[in-house]
Amino acid sequence: MANKPRVAIFDFTGCEGCELNKLNFENELLDILAHVDIVEWREAMDDRVDEYDIAFVEGSLSTPDCIERIHEVRRKCKVLVSLGSCATLGGINAMKNIQPIEEVREEVYGEDKYLFPTLPALPLSAVVKVDYEVRGCPMTQIEFLKLFTALVRGQEPVKPDYAVCIECKLKENECVYEKGMICLGPVTMAGCDAHCPSFGQYCTGCRGLVTDANIAGMEEILVKHGLSVDEARKRLQLYNVNQLEGVQK
Amino acid sequence: MSTNLDIKVKHLTRVEGHGNIVVNMKEGVLEKAQLEIVEAPRYFEAMLKGRSFHEAAIVTSRICGICSLGHQIASLKATEDALGLEVSWQTIQLRKLLTHGATLQSNILHAYFLAAPDFLNVGSVFPLIGTHPEVVVRALRMKRLANDMGDVIGGRAVHPITCVPGGFTRIPTAEELLELKRKLVEEMVPDFLATVDTMAALAGAIPQFERETEFISLRSDDEYALYDGDICSTDTGTVDDHEYRKMTNEHVVTHSSSKHCKANRSSYMVGALARFNNNHDKLCDAAKDAAEKLGLKPGCCNPYMNTIAQVVEAGHCALDSVAIIDQLLEAGLKDEQPNQEPTRFGTGIGATEVPRGILYHEYTYDRQGRMVKANCIIPTGQNLANIDDDMKKLVPEFIEKSKEEITLMLEMLVRAYDPCISCSVHMLDVDFIE
Repeated sequence: MANKPRVAIFDFTGCEGCELNKLNFENELLDILAHVDIVEWREAMDDRVDEYDIAFVEGSLSTPDCIERIHEVRRKCKVLVSLGSCATLGGINAMKNIQPIEEVREEVYGEDKYLFPTLPALPLSAVVKVDYEVRGCPMTQIEFLKLFTALVRGQEPVKPDYAVCIECKLKENECVYEKGMICLGPVTMAGCDAHCPSFGQYCTGCRGLVTDANIAGMEEILVKHGLSVDEARKRLQLYNVNQLEGVQK
Repeated sequence: MSTNLDIKVKHLTRVEGHGNIVVNMKEGVLEKAQLEIVEAPRYFEAMLKGRSFHEAAIVTSRICGICSLGHQIASLKATEDALGLEVSWQTIQLRKLLTHGATLQSNILHAYFLAAPDFLNVGSVFPLIGTHPEVVVRALRMKRLANDMGDVIGGRAVHPITCVPGGFTRIPTAEELLELKRKLVEEMVPDFLATVDTMAALAGAIPQFERETEFISLRSDDEYALYDGDICSTDTGTVDDHEYRKMTNEHVVTHSSSKHCKANRSSYMVGALARFNNNHDKLCDAAKDAAEKLGLKPGCCNPYMNTIAQVVEAGHCALDSVAIIDQLLEAGLKDEQPNQEPTRFGTGIGATEVPRGILYHEYTYDRQGRMVKANCIIPTGQNLANIDDDMKKLVPEFIEKSKEEITLMLEMLVRAYDPCISCSVHMLDVDFIE
């Protein structure tokens, strides 16, 4: 990539927590800015431009306007990176995808439900080509920095495809199941350094499933540890509706 | 300026989420002045239904990255109220520390990165790195330390990990708290005092505009209410937080995918300025001094001064955090497990102050501890009607100015509220079955 790539940042349907994590690079922000020109970022600046090298995109696609805008971003950028679970998987927003959409809309807006259009929440890759992804809810700053550094240097980023359990064992954490809790570490894509289990919490599966995850085996373990069959499926769906139920991706 | 005016700002910048400003004046008659909310609906109600009480705070945290801690606190309080879960003194103190950290972080982010560029006539914080490097570095240092509080106690500042119903999954060590205290005393307090000087120098750029309105915030007899308190209105005094529906009255309006609210008038204001107006007497001395230096007095009706109230609060949060850490260390940290054995299944309310104002969560659980009904009322949603009313007064008052000047004033007005549009378009249910 040429010197000083022009970077743009966009947000679609989501909480903007991944974007916030970029503003939270207090120690590294000035170094990052020395290596790129940020040319468009609605949350932090006024400028709008017509082309850029790298687009970082947060959020899932869930309205007709989102679909139009993501095509525009794709046209204007050379490299498109999806940031976080919403952009990469559809994320937590996708839970509505497995419920009848008319009921969902009525529940919230009552008889005014047609005022605000909505579509199933989709990952960016369901609509446009995505070149790289940073997973997590929120995306971790370390992973973002690794990808960012690789892109600026013109290297190919490394992506783990093994379970969170491997990172958890390497940290010598006590297994979450030993504490009488459940955990989705066995089927969840690593890369977070088992952050939640390291703070006493179970893995909620925010990074999506590993390739060829054994879902039936995972459900069996969850049921063996006290969840009902229905509850086990629900826990797995939290971030993975589109992957599990085949809505998209 | 002529008597015809047509302003449309699409996807307003330097705010969280997507909103448009629309103003229309024809032959001196104001036809329209409003903030349109065009954020995509999220439908959290659909996501929460049938889910375990263990997951409620994990899900609602994702309503908003910036307010994620506040959503967790309101959610945990609602769940604990509904299930009859008692929490310890230590849990409450740790939650108050997290609340201070999140308030500090958000207020600093807004004052320096989102609002200050307007006072200096630039489009973002980035040009300021070249022109005012020491100020930018200071702002980053303050934000980092505020986030450190979230990282140490919550596991991470955005979508914290350790806060669960009934307590914490991990208790910070005494060494970690001592290190936070050292940084608060040695770095944050001097940086806060310098911030007050910086803001005092910029305060001349704050527009002079006043509109009397109703201010609503939590209020407590014991402290400057952030974590907990009763609902306090400048019009009608205090009521219990379980009465929140009377004080919000959510309704759908066509120009906003976020609902509007009203209490005793057509609109009311929540947030730092409302808290300051209601609870000024409970601020620590350094924060009171800062308010005086910055020309902020109780009863202030200039919405642009909300940014200044945020700065004042940052000082209070920093100093009160030191006091809380001292109390925790004096009592000795206990390695408590979260209390997650429900004693009842029913409906509960959680009301807490988040940076942008009062936040309410209300949940109903069935006998298996699964969510039956949820309702969240968000500060930005509560402020939207107040913003529209401000615009309706502001545009005719400043109609002699150019279209560009009026547009900037309107953008600054919306930014002063530090709106969080993702939050306000979280979309939970309208029709709660009483």
